[in-house]
Amino acid sequence: MTERPGLVVIGAGPAGLAATLAAAARGVRVTLVDAAPEAGGQFHRQPGAGLGARRTRALHHGWRTWERLRDGLAAHIAAGRVTHLADHHVWCVEGARGAFTAHALLGPGQEESVAVRADAVLLATGGYEKVLPFPGWTLPGVVTAGGAQAMLKGGLVLPGRTAVVAGTGPLLLPVAVGLADAGAKVAALVESADPRAFVRHARVLAAHPDKLAEGARYAARLARHRVGVHVRHTVVAAHGTGRLDAVTVAALDADGRVRDGSERRIPCDSLAVGHGMLPHTDLAETLGCRLDGTGVAVDDEQRTDVPGVWAAGETTGIGGAALSLAEGRIAGLSVAARLDSRAPEPGSYAEAAGARAGLREFFAVVDRVCAPPARWTERVGDDTQVCRCEEVSAAAVREAVDGLGAGDVRTVKLLTRAGMGWCQGRMCGPAVAGLTGCPPTPARRPFARPVPLGVLAREPDASP
Amino acid sequence: MVGAACALYATRAGLRAVVVDRGPVGGGTTGAGEGNLLVSDKEPGPELELALLSGRLWAGLAAEPGVGESVEYEAKGGLVVASASEGLTALEGLAAAQRAAGVEAVPVAPDRLHDLEPYLAPGLAGGVLYPQDAQVMPALAAARLLRLARTAGARLRTGRPVTQVLRTASGAVRGVRTPHGDIHAPAVVNAAGTWGGEVAALAGVSLPVLPRRGFVLVTEPLPPRVRHKVYAADYVADVASDSAALQTSPVVEGTAAGPVLIGASRERIGFDRSFSLPVTRRLAAEATLLFPFLERVRALRAYQGFRPYLPDHLPAVGPDARVPGLFHACGHEGAGIGLATGTGHLIAQVLTDRAPDLDLTPFRPDRFPDTSPAFPGTSAAFPDTSPEEGP
Repeated sequence: MTERPGLVVIGAGPAGLAATLAAAARGVRVTLVDAAPEAGGQFHRQPGAGLGARRTRALHHGWRTWERLRDGLAAHIAAGRVTHLADHHVWCVEGARGAFTAHALLGPGQEESVAVRADAVLLATGGYEKVLPFPGWTLPGVVTAGGAQAMLKGGLVLPGRTAVVAGTGPLLLPVAVGLADAGAKVAALVESADPRAFVRHARVLAAHPDKLAEGARYAARLARHRVGVHVRHTVVAAHGTGRLDAVTVAALDADGRVRDGSERRIPCDSLAVGHGMLPHTDLAETLGCRLDGTGVAVDDEQRTDVPGVWAAGETTGIGGAALSLAEGRIAGLSVAARLDSRAPEPGSYAEAAGARAGLREFFAVVDRVCAPPARWTERVGDDTQVCRCEEVSAAAVREAVDGLGAGDVRTVKLLTRAGMGWCQGRMCGPAVAGLTGCPPTPARRPFARPVPLGVLAREPDASP
Repeated sequence: MVGAACALYATRAGLRAVVVDRGPVGGGTTGAGEGNLLVSDKEPGPELELALLSGRLWAGLAAEPGVGESVEYEAKGGLVVASASEGLTALEGLAAAQRAAGVEAVPVAPDRLHDLEPYLAPGLAGGVLYPQDAQVMPALAAARLLRLARTAGARLRTGRPVTQVLRTASGAVRGVRTPHGDIHAPAVVNAAGTWGGEVAALAGVSLPVLPRRGFVLVTEPLPPRVRHKVYAADYVADVASDSAALQTSPVVEGTAAGPVLIGASRERIGFDRSFSLPVTRRLAAEATLLFPFLERVRALRAYQGFRPYLPDHLPAVGPDARVPGLFHACGHEGAGIGLATGTGHLIAQVLTDRAPDLDLTPFRPDRFPDTSPAFPGTSAAFPDTSPEEGP
């Protein structure tokens, strides 16, 4: 690469792809950097090459959208407008005002780093799953809902023969359907939220007949597979010696307490559990971007408050693939105009902006209804491990709060080492916050992934 | 940390202490430190005397039942190495002066360095071993010392910023005001670290505490490979330097929990919390020169903190002659963990009208010209200097 690219897009999921296509179509040279071997992100995750996959289409909805994105990307790459750097794991982006450098480790070894320079940055780093601990959650056989889906989509493998899908949020439905379609017996779908709570938001729901239809389709498919759906229920414990062999499920009352006598044991060899998603904000924070709640704050054009840095998709807030596409498109149009010292014509993105507004409103409702059940921390036993990397128990966190005067997540972390290990608290952050009695706040992680000191020590070469 | 030590020693001296903090325990510079208890980096003088006293007190605390393990106290010793002969000459000169002041400092020939640190780079000119250097986990140390103080009767009030220092008609201190109410006491100890200047200002006096930013790199957990606190001879010069520019000199040490900590950068840029890749790059480069095996070891994170320093690099310890009842225990720069015990002990002595073990004249809080503070990042509003997580 001798010419300086205009825009570096980090993340090749729906938001990154939509932005890449929109910007490239308007003459911007785009370098698309992504950790996966193939573009698509989590939503359009593709099976590994060599698996001889034929039925992949059955695992994806939005297949036509994916075909459009995939073919559009291929055309821009062929025309030399887009460079796709797959298997590149971005660990830091530095720079300011028109001169940015993204540093990426080359997979799979991640021992060498390349520097990608650009005039503008689009962060489309997506989100990651929120998991809350419960007794037995560290047993082999317990996977995250998204992990189960990734296994299906990427490896065409099942996490087990008899599965329970549990937690809360819209991801549980496609995961249960996907597992059943792929031949697993889904013994139960356990959702802690109360769907009747949606009724209070009838106006918002009525504006999204497509979402209601999607939900109805999933429900019909679950019924066809004879999957028992338990709403306002939760998994109170996972059992097994060495490996999962059953879960205990119980009903919740209006205050989030387990109803007496409602516990029921369900035999299973896998449990897919998820409590929604959180935005990936590490790169944005290191660049100095302001956050709004847990996501990166953006304006109407998807610009962050750092000049030259845009953000789109779930890094700005969890809202699914359709919202990511809309935000990505708006960001791509804005980058193209701003790099040309123009304001984007509002008409050019009015449609995407309309979709964005509606979907944000819809997912705000989902977020409210599908919150983790009240009092979930009370069901986390003292001996339950909260931080798996550093092997910190719930008792240690409680001792730091009650005995040592820690009143916030940072102090708990300092006193217990919870969140200091390999995953840097991505897994245990919400749990530690819950047990501490604080709202979860994003931790600052200057390195978005572990970087060898030898790589960090070297001055970056010129663009690869 | 300094406040916790003051509370502990004051309580043990028979006083009733209330610890008030704007944040949580260890929320300021303490939580961002490495937990150095060093004599090796100090030139002969009052700070070294305070360090020697503090080292003895730390060893005494660590010997109390359960305390040593709970604060991860490790009398690991420090090893200062020089890469070239000029550096070695300067280092040996410093070591001789330190020995005269009561420091154990053992010269180490180049061919013996690897007996002490097998993974050290080849070709170094030599070094000096300081057996009195030690380490604690700073946040745990502050929390555990506070707990000892509370067991002995002290009270802890976190999340309460001091908004006013209450004075009597004659000007003497009579307590502090917080949003949760007034706390009355005939003596107030300012152990506010980087906020020390602001608390002094609330009492109507100036104390020019300035921030000096530092980054620390933290690696993935490793089996023990770095046995001592190992640093390059340039570190002493950097610590004592008056330069505002960025200085880095490698300080490498293992921790009880496994990760290796790599410091130490020093910059005077006010309370700038933005991340600096170039600074961490330099730290990594220097550390891998000292310990080549670190090349392939991954850094999991980096964090920064602000060391509270005073213009002559000595802390303010003792009564403030300008306001009866006001005492200071702040401005320890990067040595606050190490110097906390001695500081707490001396403060307890003067609070109970006993003669302090050290002459406090060099630490007098009113030794600076009394001007209203005008330095970057400080205003009537308290700056947010909260650092990131520590080791």
